[in-house]
Amino acid sequence: MTPGRLLTLGALVGLLTAVPSLARAGTLNLKGSDTMVILAQRWAVEYAKLRPTTRIQITGGGSGVGFAALQNGTMDLALASRPIRLAEIEGCIRAFGRRPREHRVALDGLAIYVNEANPVEALSLDQLEGIFRGRLNNWAAVGGVDAPIVRFGRESSSGSYEFFKRRVLGGRDFAVRTQSVSGTAAILQVVAREPHGIGYGGVAYGAGTRHLRIRPTPDEPAIEPTEETILDRRYPIWRYLYIYANPAVETGEAGDFLRWVTGPQGQEVVREVGYCPLPPEGSNP
Amino acid sequence: MSDADSVTTPPSPPPAKPPWHDLARGRVARPGEWLVEKGIFAVSLTAIVMILLIFVFVGREALPILLGQADSAAARVQRILPPEDVDRMTPSELRAALGLSRRKFAARSLEEQKAALKEIYAVRAEADRNGAEAIPDKDSEVNTVGWRYLIRPHQWTGYSRPEFIWQPVSQIQKFNVVPLLVGSLKVTLVAVLFALPLALGAALYVSQFASRRLRAWIKPAIEMLAGIPSVVLGFFALFVLAAALESVFAFQSRLNAFVAGIALGVAIIPVIFALAEEALSAVPRGYLEGALAVGASRWQAAWGVALPAAWPGVFAAVVLGFGRALGETMIVLMASGNAAILSWSLFDSSRTVTATIAAELGEVVFGGHHYRVLFLLGTLVLAVSFVANLVADGVMNRLRRRLASSS
Repeated sequence: MTPGRLLTLGALVGLLTAVPSLARAGTLNLKGSDTMVILAQRWAVEYAKLRPTTRIQITGGGSGVGFAALQNGTMDLALASRPIRLAEIEGCIRAFGRRPREHRVALDGLAIYVNEANPVEALSLDQLEGIFRGRLNNWAAVGGVDAPIVRFGRESSSGSYEFFKRRVLGGRDFAVRTQSVSGTAAILQVVAREPHGIGYGGVAYGAGTRHLRIRPTPDEPAIEPTEETILDRRYPIWRYLYIYANPAVETGEAGDFLRWVTGPQGQEVVREVGYCPLPPEGSNP
Repeated sequence: MSDADSVTTPPSPPPAKPPWHDLARGRVARPGEWLVEKGIFAVSLTAIVMILLIFVFVGREALPILLGQADSAAARVQRILPPEDVDRMTPSELRAALGLSRRKFAARSLEEQKAALKEIYAVRAEADRNGAEAIPDKDSEVNTVGWRYLIRPHQWTGYSRPEFIWQPVSQIQKFNVVPLLVGSLKVTLVAVLFALPLALGAALYVSQFASRRLRAWIKPAIEMLAGIPSVVLGFFALFVLAAALESVFAFQSRLNAFVAGIALGVAIIPVIFALAEEALSAVPRGYLEGALAVGASRWQAAWGVALPAAWPGVFAAVVLGFGRALGETMIVLMASGNAAILSWSLFDSSRTVTATIAAELGEVVFGGHHYRVLFLLGTLVLAVSFVANLVADGVMNRLRRRLASSS
């Protein structure tokens, strides 16, 4: 046997022995929203300092992927950046006989980005709806330069897409000319390169882009998306981030983890990662 | 691998004078050889079986829509039964209402299953109460996965005229595939038109003009293009090519069918080159020598004799390149802008069939309408690239035979 083969064999044996040990009790599997993956990873790191025996595995893929895994029973906790759908609740009841339990774990504002060079500072929700519905097509209509508006959005599989559609467009369709980009980082990049671009995504900054301030109604003052304005819900485009769980698994390790996440230490991590912690009164109704 | 080992070491102890590869033993087939031969045959057979299976499985998922049996309007009307009716259900009725397999149904007690069904109806009733405030829509009765709505324009609520709309995640899901087909076609045509002159020129040069040493360099270099991962090409298109082309053409949208088409063209250059070069090299020397003997220049011989003789091969190369470009996903996903607009302008963003499948399949409801429509699109891409491969292969084979017999 060549050394190469020996090595492969060794790796294979190692893998085979490692897999059962990963699956033993004390492992939590979290799966779902790509928006929440980084947050969940930080939670896992901090939680591991507290409970070194608990192993936490985190997988992305989208909110819907998390719900699918919850229904298959292949995973303990589903990360979601949107509320669960009717069909998904029914699937869970079919799979384990009970409704999954919803836990709100953080607040997240959706920021509207434009290129740094764009003179427009603020938009009302109404104008934003007009832009993404295709009613407003030129920046001049909203106080900018005379140039066509280039719209960027997320793919339809993303939780942000659905949230934006529901909150800003009132459930109606995006303009046909909205270009789809995969991921907030990609939106930031394309908007930075497109002087007349506009896009939406998590409250994060990228070089070359700027947040717009948003007016809830045309007469109200424009609000900058900050932790403070999202927390007291003056900034109009915000949502909850959720973890959904099978009620049956909540008694054990998963329950401890959920209590920790919604507690002060978990919420401190939420702030560090750049989301907003839950307001004290509204935690876990 | 162990099979191959057992062949080279015959089971019986070796004779005193080991003959070279046992040739001395004549034509008697040994069991080991026979086994290996059949094994290899079985492996090659599995390739065919695999293709068939892929067709069957992909096609099966799309079948309800192909046959027009799926109805999105029916799915929206949901049945809710009062708890007493659930209590009266027979086990088989209960299982049908829950939609569970026998094994899953048996996993829990009857009482638990009844409780589950009641819970489902309770959830539906709640959703109905909340949904009563939703905007009423004249299109809610429309079967959006019927063929008429898949391929013809319709004036949906909130639109000012009949349009081809792909909005699969929506209150009323809209699955018009025409913008996607046009998007794919546009990008693919740009790719072929861009790649053909370059690849054909290179093939002509390598097969007719290049010295042996130069050919040994150029050919692998072009073939190495095929080894570039498409995600890298997409990345290149997204950041470098888009900016460079924008500064030349001043597009309205930076990412569009043209940018994606050029990047895709780079990806299919090796495909077209390889086939065209093979066809041109197969032109018998006699043809060219004859042309040169009557006083043609080398260029005239290449252009006037070699190219027409190898013409079917060039055609096959284009067809194969077309098939490859149509099936390519990553480059178009990254560089085409992905807006499902129905327009023939090359400088509009466009959404291709493959990019749509890649971007949306991850989050569709398994077995739902969106899922089935994506599989329908997948079947279409599969069929077209299969036919393209078949045609290219057939044409090349005929050409090889013809050139071989005339030399």
